[in-house]
Amino acid sequence: MENNSRRGFMGKAFGAVAAVGAVGSLVAMKKSWDPLPSVKAAGFTTLDMSIYNENELVVEKWRGKPIFVLKKTAKMVASQTEEQKVRDIVVDGSHFMVCIGLCTHLGCIPAYNADEEGFLCACHGGKFDWAGEVTAVPPPRGFDIPPFKIDGNKLVLGEAGPEYTQMKETGVTL
Amino acid sequence: MKNKEPLILAVVVAFSLLTYYLVEPYAHHVMHKHVESEGFAYADLPAITKTGDATRGAELVMGAGACVGCHSIEAAGMPAAMEPQDAAASYGVNPPDLSNAGIVYDEKFLANLIKNPAHALKVEHKFDEAKGQMHPMVPFYGAGGDIDQEVADMVAYLQSIAVKAEELTPAMAFENACGRCHAMSYENWTQIGTKPSFKHEKDSLAFDIKVLEYEDSIKAYMGKLPPDLSMYIRSRGEHFISTFMENPQNHLAGTAMPRVGVTAESAEKVIEHMKDSGDTKREERETIGMYVMIYIIIFAIFAILWKKQVWRDLH
Amino acid sequence: MAHFTKATSVKDWLNQRLAIEKVEKVMASEYWIPKNINFLWAMGMVLVITFALLLVSGIFLLMYYQPNVDTAFYSVNYTIMREVDFGWLWRHIHGVAASVVFLIIYIHMFTGIYYGSYKKGREMIWISGMLLFVAFSAEAFSGYMLPWGQMSYWAGMVITNLFAGGSLHADFLVEWIRGDYVPAQAFLTRFFMLHVLLIPLAILGLIGLHFAALRIPHVNNQDGEEIDFDAESKKYLAGDKAGSKVMRFANDFMSKDMMVVGIYLIFFFYLVFWNYGFAMDPVNFDPADGLKTPAHIYPEWYFLWSYEILRPFSVDIGLIAFGFAQVIFVLLPFLDRSPNTVPANRRGLFAIWFWLMLVNMIVLTAMGKLPPEDPYSTVGFYSAIIFIVQWILLPIITTFEKKA
Repeated sequence: MENNSRRGFMGKAFGAVAAVGAVGSLVAMKKSWDPLPSVKAAGFTTLDMSIYNENELVVEKWRGKPIFVLKKTAKMVASQTEEQKVRDIVVDGSHFMVCIGLCTHLGCIPAYNADEEGFLCACHGGKFDWAGEVTAVPPPRGFDIPPFKIDGNKLVLGEAGPEYTQMKETGVTL
Repeated sequence: MKNKEPLILAVVVAFSLLTYYLVEPYAHHVMHKHVESEGFAYADLPAITKTGDATRGAELVMGAGACVGCHSIEAAGMPAAMEPQDAAASYGVNPPDLSNAGIVYDEKFLANLIKNPAHALKVEHKFDEAKGQMHPMVPFYGAGGDIDQEVADMVAYLQSIAVKAEELTPAMAFENACGRCHAMSYENWTQIGTKPSFKHEKDSLAFDIKVLEYEDSIKAYMGKLPPDLSMYIRSRGEHFISTFMENPQNHLAGTAMPRVGVTAESAEKVIEHMKDSGDTKREERETIGMYVMIYIIIFAIFAILWKKQVWRDLH
Repeated sequence: MAHFTKATSVKDWLNQRLAIEKVEKVMASEYWIPKNINFLWAMGMVLVITFALLLVSGIFLLMYYQPNVDTAFYSVNYTIMREVDFGWLWRHIHGVAASVVFLIIYIHMFTGIYYGSYKKGREMIWISGMLLFVAFSAEAFSGYMLPWGQMSYWAGMVITNLFAGGSLHADFLVEWIRGDYVPAQAFLTRFFMLHVLLIPLAILGLIGLHFAALRIPHVNNQDGEEIDFDAESKKYLAGDKAGSKVMRFANDFMSKDMMVVGIYLIFFFYLVFWNYGFAMDPVNFDPADGLKTPAHIYPEWYFLWSYEILRPFSVDIGLIAFGFAQVIFVLLPFLDRSPNTVPANRRGLFAIWFWLMLVNMIVLTAMGKLPPEDPYSTVGFYSAIIFIVQWILLPIITTFEKKA
């Protein structure tokens, strides 16, 4: 394209203006890709913690993922080690193990055995205890804990309350 | 070579505008008759001549008026006795809660409604007393005194318990005036109320069944199911909706839809709510529109300047 | 193996492999365009820009649209219009562009007819252009089905009923096209396929053909003058830009193209944000209801003229007239028997033919929208007759045309 360079200025200026429009369009396009408000709103699940029974695993759902809710027995609570205590979630006087029900190895959903009070992941034989800690490899770490907030006798998943923030900062969960 | 471009442009624009005019404003004018707004004056109804007293009105509403026999008044601590779908099964339609009737509806309309419901609502073609077809709402024949004074008192009471005009939101206006017959799914509104979110599918389905039972009752009462209004502001337009609310018979002679008797302000709020449903992003459209127009004018100016620069040597 | 030398620059590397310099010369800097043209010559670029707007806005609509009879309407009017960030903008752009593109197509077409740009070596430009018109019409129709509103459904019902062929009663053909007895799920998804894949591919191919057909005979000019492009381009390259009768496509012609596009976009975006009712008919904001025909059905404005040729006659004659109207424009280069490639105002009777055709098509358009009752149906009837007669007369008037 032959443009006498001293007169090519206006062409370049026009090109710059057009580029501004293109960038604006790209911003709008990026936003159209964003998750929809209804998707983000569905990102919060409220659990009524009064309905659970001791040593009975209940699987809830949060952001499409399974959530393990296990109400601890008095014996379990009494025997908690320091590591297990930092994972403990206390709502309205009861102690719970609440975590994302996915094996931290490669993402399968482990099964709970109430008699043995432990989880077994069928995919590669990983094991977790009732507090969510690893008892047999290959999983690299205990179950991840979702952001949660304690609200009376309810637990709101998706919101980061002070207890969760503490857990995250001290490395209890990723 | 004379520059013919201004003439050519004029010819192209003229023919385009002519086509647009014939196909849009003119054709739509021919297809749809224009109904003038009556200003929500309800001119056919006689005016209230007495000054109402809210205290006497309260006694009448609770007592001789027998209103609370069918109507709940949450604002006065009188909740509904039956669930909406059960009330609809009994009466044909769910009698409205009267808490905000005093602010949503026109006072002259209310006074006339109490004395002769079918007449004020303009449904006498459906409920002809002479033929024994009684409107489900029994007219008030007076409590022994001056009926016009009594009715004025009852209206005054309703106005006293209602929220203030500033507190009446578009959603409230819609739910009161339209929501008992019309669903608005895009706002999650069913005729029996906003649908809550349920954890268990069973509960969600149970709610849906109640809505369907209600709709069966209203279908039987009205002759057909009143349409979902989610997109009506775009399919009918503001003027049609406003004049239709004012007097449905002007647009659809013989329709079962009653003249609901809203004030002009309530009508505006209802329309605002319908816009929230069917034209949600209108404010963003205006704002972004302004920015885009400014940008595109700058774009055109730069394009013109570039063209002039390039063409200096070509002429 | 061709001879390759070590590249001296990125440009040289690409040049040895893709001949980019030659391509650039042929397509841009040495694509010689006559100077004696007016802004109507920019309509092609305006169409390219409008088509690009349709493609891009279409891509974002496609991300959220659901081609299912139960969720289509909701996916458009709730998800896209209310939930998706800027979803309303893509929808408005897409709807307005789909309508405005036909205004530009008609201006572009009538420019070609006026200046005789379909003659003397340019017949393939005209034919490929008319095929593009057909492809765009099919694209517009298939797209209109997608929101699955009342107009979508009933337009789909009526237009597919045409294929029953009147007295031929070819109902099997209608059912085959629909994939069902009535417009239903199969109908929606196949028109979705046509709209999103097949017809856009055809359009892209036809645009390639249209540009190729234009490149070789060169662009026409306002006076129909036969220009010696070799001589004139030599003048230009020797430095006499003002004296030469030609200019480069890039940047000379393109800068004027962009100026017209800039002004067009002001008008276009005004419509997108404030005056879009003509492109998004209110009737289509009612969800489709197979048991209730709307009080007034009509096609989009750009189909009204041919709809009105169908309407005034009895079924079989109407279908024949309608078929005639679709095909006849393609035959223009062969029906015009005069060799004169000059603007219509210098072609005697042809000038009258031209303006009458233009005005008559506007009358047909208007009558097509109006209800089929008097006086509109009478006017429409005579307009349709005039249309047919004009085409029959064309070979006759042009045979006797004086050499310009």
